[in-house]
Amino acid sequence: METNHQLKRADFIFKNENDWEEVLKKNISRSSNELINELISSELKGRGGAGFPTGLKWKLSAEVDSDTKYVICNADEGEPGTFKDREILSLVPFKVLTAMAICGLVVGAKEGYIYLRGEYFFLKPELNKAISEFEQYCKEINLDFTIRIFMGSGAYICGEETALFESMEGKRGEPRNKPPYPALSGYMNKPTVINNVETLAHAYTIFTYGAKRFYDLGVQYSRGTKLFSVSGDTPKPGIYELELGMSLADFVNDFGDGDSKAVQVGGASGFLVPRKRFAETTIGYQGKLVGISLPTGGSMMLFNSSRSMFNVLDNYLEFFREESCGQCTPCRVGCQQLLKGIKAVKSGEKSTQYLDKLLTLAETMQFTAKCGLGQSVANSFSSIVENFREEMIY
Amino acid sequence: MGKNIKITINGEIVEINEGTSILDAARQVGVIIPTLCYHKDLCVAGNCRVCVVEIAGQKRLSPSCATPCEEGMDIFTNSVKVRNSRKHIIELLLSEHNADCTRCYKNGKCELQKLASDFKIMSNDFIPLVPFKNYTIDMFSPSIIKDDSKCIRCQRCVRTCAELQGVNALTVAYKGDKMKITTFFEKAMNDVVCTNCGQCVIHCPTGALVERNYIEEVWAAITDKAKHVIVQTAPAVRVALGEELGFESGTRITGKMVAALKRLGFDAVMDTDFTADLTIMEEGTELLSRLKRALVDHDPGVKLPMATSCSPGWIKYIEHIYPDYLGHLSTCKSPQQMFGALAKTYYAQARNLQPDNIVSVSIMPCTAKKFEANRPEMNDSGYRDVDYVLTTRELAIMIKQAGIDFMKLEDIHFDRLMGESTGAGVIFGATGGVMEAALRTAYELVTGREVPFKDLNILPVRGMEGVREASILIENPLKEWAFLDGVELKCAVAHGLVNAKKVMDSIISGEANYHFIEIMACPGGCLGGGGQPIPTSPEIRAKRAAAIYAEDEGMPIRKSHLNPEVLKIYKDFLIKPLGEKSHLLLHTKYTIRKSF
Ligand SMILES: Cc1cc2nc3c(=O)[nH]c(=O)nc-3n(C[C@H](O)[C@H](O)[C@H](O)COP(=O)(O)O)c2cc1C
Ligand code: SF4
Ligand code: SF4
Ligand code: SF4
Ligand code: SF4
Ligand code: FES
Repeated sequence: METNHQLKRADFIFKNENDWEEVLKKNISRSSNELINELISSELKGRGGAGFPTGLKWKLSAEVDSDTKYVICNADEGEPGTFKDREILSLVPFKVLTAMAICGLVVGAKEGYIYLRGEYFFLKPELNKAISEFEQYCKEINLDFTIRIFMGSGAYICGEETALFESMEGKRGEPRNKPPYPALSGYMNKPTVINNVETLAHAYTIFTYGAKRFYDLGVQYSRGTKLFSVSGDTPKPGIYELELGMSLADFVNDFGDGDSKAVQVGGASGFLVPRKRFAETTIGYQGKLVGISLPTGGSMMLFNSSRSMFNVLDNYLEFFREESCGQCTPCRVGCQQLLKGIKAVKSGEKSTQYLDKLLTLAETMQFTAKCGLGQSVANSFSSIVENFREEMIY
Repeated sequence: MGKNIKITINGEIVEINEGTSILDAARQVGVIIPTLCYHKDLCVAGNCRVCVVEIAGQKRLSPSCATPCEEGMDIFTNSVKVRNSRKHIIELLLSEHNADCTRCYKNGKCELQKLASDFKIMSNDFIPLVPFKNYTIDMFSPSIIKDDSKCIRCQRCVRTCAELQGVNALTVAYKGDKMKITTFFEKAMNDVVCTNCGQCVIHCPTGALVERNYIEEVWAAITDKAKHVIVQTAPAVRVALGEELGFESGTRITGKMVAALKRLGFDAVMDTDFTADLTIMEEGTELLSRLKRALVDHDPGVKLPMATSCSPGWIKYIEHIYPDYLGHLSTCKSPQQMFGALAKTYYAQARNLQPDNIVSVSIMPCTAKKFEANRPEMNDSGYRDVDYVLTTRELAIMIKQAGIDFMKLEDIHFDRLMGESTGAGVIFGATGGVMEAALRTAYELVTGREVPFKDLNILPVRGMEGVREASILIENPLKEWAFLDGVELKCAVAHGLVNAKKVMDSIISGEANYHFIEIMACPGGCLGGGGQPIPTSPEIRAKRAAAIYAEDEGMPIRKSHLNPEVLKIYKDFLIKPLGEKSHLLLHTKYTIRKSF
């Protein structure tokens, strides 16, 4: 995989929202096929979950025959320390609304929902105002599309798309079995396109400037830019829009405090990369390390040498143990076992070989858990235990 | 269904209907995949993950119960990866589980235990989580014990209570490590809207939900020489008990069951079928009198349709959910409670026994009957009408404890006085049976002719459809029933409380216009009751139903009003249906309950 050997700041997402009316008007005169092909050729991948190609997602939903379809914007943003979606919705909401409406047109959906994280309740009045204005304009241009806000319940798992549907249907937020996938059977068992806030904002960029402009950014398999929430031991925490394909070494050069020993890429569900592998690690979808899944992707947490990696892992496992919906065995019990297990090794109750049993357990969780939460616990667990085994023991 | 597709299971090419789950496809070719959360009666949850299989080309394993086959799939059900994962999952479940098998009521009958045994889980590497959990045992209900320390969170009970019963007494609460199965506000089972039907019990794979058993109490009564212990057996028990004792499902073992009860030491072994026939006399007469009040007297106070009242799960359900409609219930007690009231009056007199020396036990396919026997008003004999209710399963346990070689028993007939039955009494055990029995009698009483169905088999009310409707036109009735001439008697039958709800809602909305409805709380009627042998499935229930109808066809008398002991009790004791004694002993009142 090719790598951008310098960090490229970009500024698409938070700029130029003012022309949304034009963008909408221009695009609704285009055919569904044309729009889908534009999106496909941009190679935009989902910014909230597993990096599924967005154009293909829309296409699959468009091909299903159904009277009722839905477009849902996933604004549940539950990953600790991540608030990029919040920034998008408060600074450039019309980009998201416009992309939703275009999506509706493409797939044949007349209703859109924004599933807003419970803690973002304060955004609701402003967002509702934007929605009214937006719907008014839709009427003017004879576009039949409405958007409603659905407030989330505060559980992290409700950001998982099928748990989100369950929660919207008034049920307990438990992920469903897949297949069927949302494109075929989602909210109310109707074909549903669900996209992350940021994905929709990028779609807006593509429908504004054309696919090529987006495609030309980034590297093979990882086109365009992405918002990163930088936190931890860094002198400049915050949200940054960067071109994909950067090397982690460059990233650390720019954002580190000179003493970075590891970076957690992708939050609790992501991977820990130790210093010795900064240079070989590329941040993008097909990167060796990043690429299986990056739920609510974009969290970059830096750790310097004062940090105990045991504590870091302990925190992540605590998080998973509590935030697991609890329905499936590998995740519900597995998280408890991993957490108790590392503590037992640390205290000497279990031998150090027990870590190897836990590594195989984490692997079983990855193979057998029902949803992305349980499947991705192994990412941080294995990468931390394998790279900082000493710190787990002593 | 869809087209045929080709898949490969463990290297063998299989042709299968598109959309079939991998689990079913494997079963069709003799490959058994272990399951825990899967149950044929319920929608697929896919949460236990023991059924995972490997699909070539996929890194992750797939739950076979929840994954439909697709053309060309290359599936491995026993690869190293599958085996290791499965073992891990069972180990995980056990680490969270109070695996106190030798002291567990489900010992030997538990799906988790069987898996642990099949996979020879000998190690306990994982850290036991039980000491860290705040597990509780709820023993407040007279019917059901709920022990959270035995729960594997498969949600079969939750799905059962929601999908089959529409009651939603059980629900999932909390998340993560604290996730558990509980009730509204975590109240005790006796304090929530629960019908005691026991469907959750027969669908639970472990010892987390079990019937409250009264085995030791019954042994104590039998052993007490001063007590005269009399037992009644419900119609559905005889077609299911065999399953617990080595017979195929659907084997009729009535005579052996009577012989076993004798050997256990019961002083008299009698038949609930007798009071089932009696119920028909009382309820049939009640129906005709309601019809007369409606059609002749134009009494606006008369409640139609009249609903059957022999299923105590249904009674508790309507008391909670439709308290304004209690007037529609027949005032007849269930056959069990009729029997109880007569045991300590009619039987005591006839046998010259002191009623307080009689211990009345019943063997029921039902856990709700335990609650029913405990209802405060069920003491019309002056004593507790029924002292102990055992399920079919508890009886099987006693038979095993007593060392009875059930297969070798010679058939014996029930004792006399309350041990004679007809085919009509027997079919009470199947959904539609009460209706059929009532029609056989009521039609004949009204017209003087047999019901116009071949061999008395009223097929439209039989079957396993959730709600079934039938109507029967009354022509040329006897003189005293002239007002019924030309009346088309409209009936409906429902089983499973979700279906009861459908019927009730259509009555309330005015959409349906029935005269008589039969409602059984459990799927299939009593033969699928919450006290019956485990497992249950549509196929097993169909076999039990077939056995019931075969038993009916084999009976010399098939109409309740011809039961000689029923005729005798009216002659010697009750005088007439709905008479004074009947009112005192055989009829009851209902209680308004909260809907939350
Ligand atoms: C545990 C879990 C939590 C998730 N939380 C979010 C979230 O907060 N926001 C989000 O957009 N996607 C979240 N996802 C990913 C969604 O399931 C889904 O893949 C995503 O919304 C699809 O949008 P995209 O294709 O635009 O990325 C989560 C996934 C998992 C497994
Ligand atoms: S993996 Fe975890 S969060 Fe996902 S369904 Fe299973 S228990 Fe729930
Ligand atoms: S529920 Fe099953 S595994 Fe658990 S203690 Fe009882 S018999 Fe053993
Ligand atoms: S006994 Fe019946 S009503 Fe009560 S919880 Fe179980 S299934 Fe539900
Ligand atoms: S009580 Fe039984 S059926 Fe219900 S979740 Fe627990 S183990 Fe499963
Ligand atoms: S039986 Fe398939 S996941 Fe439980």
